Amino acid sequence: MDKLKSAHFVGVTLFTAIVGLVFAAAPAFAQDAPDVGPTPHLVVKPMESHIGNITGHAAAGKSDYRRYCAGCHGDLGDANGENAIWLDPKPRDFTIATFKCRSTLTGTLPTDQDLYNTIGRGLTNSNMPIWNTFTKQQRADLVAYIKIFSPRWEKEKAGDPIKVAAEPPVSLDSIAHGKALFTKLECWKCHGPAGKGDGPSAGTLTDSKDNPIRPYNFSAGKDDSRFKCGNTNEDIYKIFMTGVDGTPMPSFADVIQPNDAWDLVHFLRTLQVNRHSKENEVLSAAHGVIPLYVDKQTPNPAPAAPADNKTPGGGH
Amino acid sequence: MRLWAQSHLCQKQQRVSSVLAVAFALVFLVLASSQPANALPAFARKYGLRCSACHESWPMLNYFGQKFKDNGYQLMNDRDAPIWQNPGYWPVTFRIIPLWHRVSTGKVPVDSGAGQVEQRLTSSGFDISGLDFHTGGTLEKNYSFYVLPSSDATASFHFETVMARLDNLFGSPWLNVKLGKFELDNLLSEKRILTLTSNGGIYQLYHFMPQGDGNIFGQIGSNQLGIEVMGHSYNDRTRYSASLLSSNNGQVGFNYGANSYTGFFTASQAFDAGRLGVQRLGFYAMLGEAPTSWLTNGGAPIPGSGTQNKGFSREGFVGQFYFGQHVDVQVVTQHGSDSAWFGQGYGDLVDGVATLNNTPGTSLPSTARNPTWNGVLIEPHYVYSPQLIFLARYETIRMSQQGTESTVLNPVRSDLGNVTTYTVGYRYNPFMTSRAGFAWHNEFNIFHQTGTSALTSTNINTSELLMGFDFDF
Repeated sequence: MDKLKSAHFVGVTLFTAIVGLVFAAAPAFAQDAPDVGPTPHLVVKPMESHIGNITGHAAAGKSDYRRYCAGCHGDLGDANGENAIWLDPKPRDFTIATFKCRSTLTGTLPTDQDLYNTIGRGLTNSNMPIWNTFTKQQRADLVAYIKIFSPRWEKEKAGDPIKVAAEPPVSLDSIAHGKALFTKLECWKCHGPAGKGDGPSAGTLTDSKDNPIRPYNFSAGKDDSRFKCGNTNEDIYKIFMTGVDGTPMPSFADVIQPNDAWDLVHFLRTLQVNRHSKENEVLSAAHGVIPLYVDKQTPNPAPAAPADNKTPGGGH
Repeated sequence: MRLWAQSHLCQKQQRVSSVLAVAFALVFLVLASSQPANALPAFARKYGLRCSACHESWPMLNYFGQKFKDNGYQLMNDRDAPIWQNPGYWPVTFRIIPLWHRVSTGKVPVDSGAGQVEQRLTSSGFDISGLDFHTGGTLEKNYSFYVLPSSDATASFHFETVMARLDNLFGSPWLNVKLGKFELDNLLSEKRILTLTSNGGIYQLYHFMPQGDGNIFGQIGSNQLGIEVMGHSYNDRTRYSASLLSSNNGQVGFNYGANSYTGFFTASQAFDAGRLGVQRLGFYAMLGEAPTSWLTNGGAPIPGSGTQNKGFSREGFVGQFYFGQHVDVQVVTQHGSDSAWFGQGYGDLVDGVATLNNTPGTSLPSTARNPTWNGVLIEPHYVYSPQLIFLARYETIRMSQQGTESTVLNPVRSDLGNVTTYTVGYRYNPFMTSRAGFAWHNEFNIFHQTGTSALTSTNINTSELLMGFDFDF
């Protein structure tokens, strides 16, 4: 009789489990959740990524993409995840394969390493978290997976990384020259004369999908302040030499020479007024005053930025 | 009669086979209909992430979720402060579970014409859980809080968690401080356990007490009152914590000893194992003292008067092993020991757990020893997708030394009070949105304890089948 009871019990258990499962799943058969949309059945293309000696495979990245990324970037990689409407700035649209953070020239595809770095670093001033709890393999697989969304990855190769010239020492001259370039290149029109992201054009900016976009505010944050594409001097160098594709931030690679670019980097660091840096130390030693830069080849001084929003160091 | 029984059993087996076939077919259909998993309420609403980003399967955290928790419920981006949220945002989540369960308990003492006898008691019916009222998040960047009023099924509330936390002191993730009543830093969190039955819904290892022991203060699964310092590396691979706790098992009101404290320490290191995933190894140790002597008034213990502290300890290893994206195994070991005083029934006199008072002049019998035990918990998971997880657990605790030495005149079973429990189940989330979570939960647990039945001192076997809707909003 004990066996009979056991069999009866097993039957009851299974029956109730099945009824419950079907009951729970019934709405899923009937309709999709209102703000989720249909489940895609993508055929995962055999894309790969190569990060050092690690090879990422798209098929292996699918599960993690759905778990971690699809809520914002969408199951189809089209930036239409169910949370996308609440986000500002909007998530990246992988179907057009335009990426902000690259070591490659503007308009070209980023390297696998660029995408790998972006996943692990996250994107400040956005909802993109720092996914540095992943294994290297997971990140490499995700890099491979996001390539399935755009045919560009099948037709084009990633651009060549730009060469970054050796950084010269920080000096007051270098900062002064950087400030002159900041004015000459009209960086202030978007970023504002003090780098607060409040230039005269700031309110009019949109990204390549016509979503409003704000220029970077250099003065926000302290020692933990980050740029969207990194926080080292080399990262800043790359940002304006490669541009931030998909945004109004252009590439200046054809406009300024490498040494000039480093001068601009040194000046930009002084706009981060609450951050400890070599540049701010040099500026402090000069009592916060950036001298007017005099080009030895051109006797006229560089034009000054508007005085109503003074550049730190230059205005007091 | 026997022939009839065999025939009937055969029919039953055929019926069970049919049911199994239908079950597999339906499970297949259900799996094929899986929807994308989205965010969970309180934190997901804030950050716009799917619940699966932080939970291996809700409510169990994955590494990213653990890092989020370790950062004081912050993603460590520039939008952690609540000033970035819509003013209408309110970080609250309610959780409750309507369910059906069938409980079968062995060796229950019942009255009969021939005095008391033991018999199995089986009952089933519909039920509800208590209500958890989670509210937590940031007050400002690097200032976080968690308050959790929690009720039993009759809506009688208590504060399960009340704590405020300072994060990244001096700009370092290695220094974070929390103060209040909080969950101990158990890597395998009982507060995020995936099971719900009475015996399977807790980790036995986190609450074990030897038979006759009067010490309730060594329960690492109970939220405790105290202060915790914890730190971690930038990517959370390395973690440590150190807590100073009042030895009162998290109970408020200063009802126990005036100067009894417990320390709880953990440290762990995670490793990148390539395609296998991130593996973590760690240890924990709880070392404390709790009172055994109480002043009395009319024979009743006076709350707050506990003295004559005696020691206890719990220590063990924790392993979180991943075998690719779908399979993982969680392991916890424990070596526990209580003072012989606790083993003899001194300890929590206020709640009546202990029956003896260590008044001046009291001495222990010569056969009294420190009750000591070892235990292990193994919990494998098969994560079919973020929406469907199959789980199992095996837990066993074996006494290595009873509180009373066995003698010819007073024999004591060496395995008295040993515990073994098995749990299997699954949780299926047919949908989730960023506003609510919902899981169909089905679980079966068997609990076995050696030699503890009330009348015959024989083994007790208890089983429970549970199914229900676990939802939060």
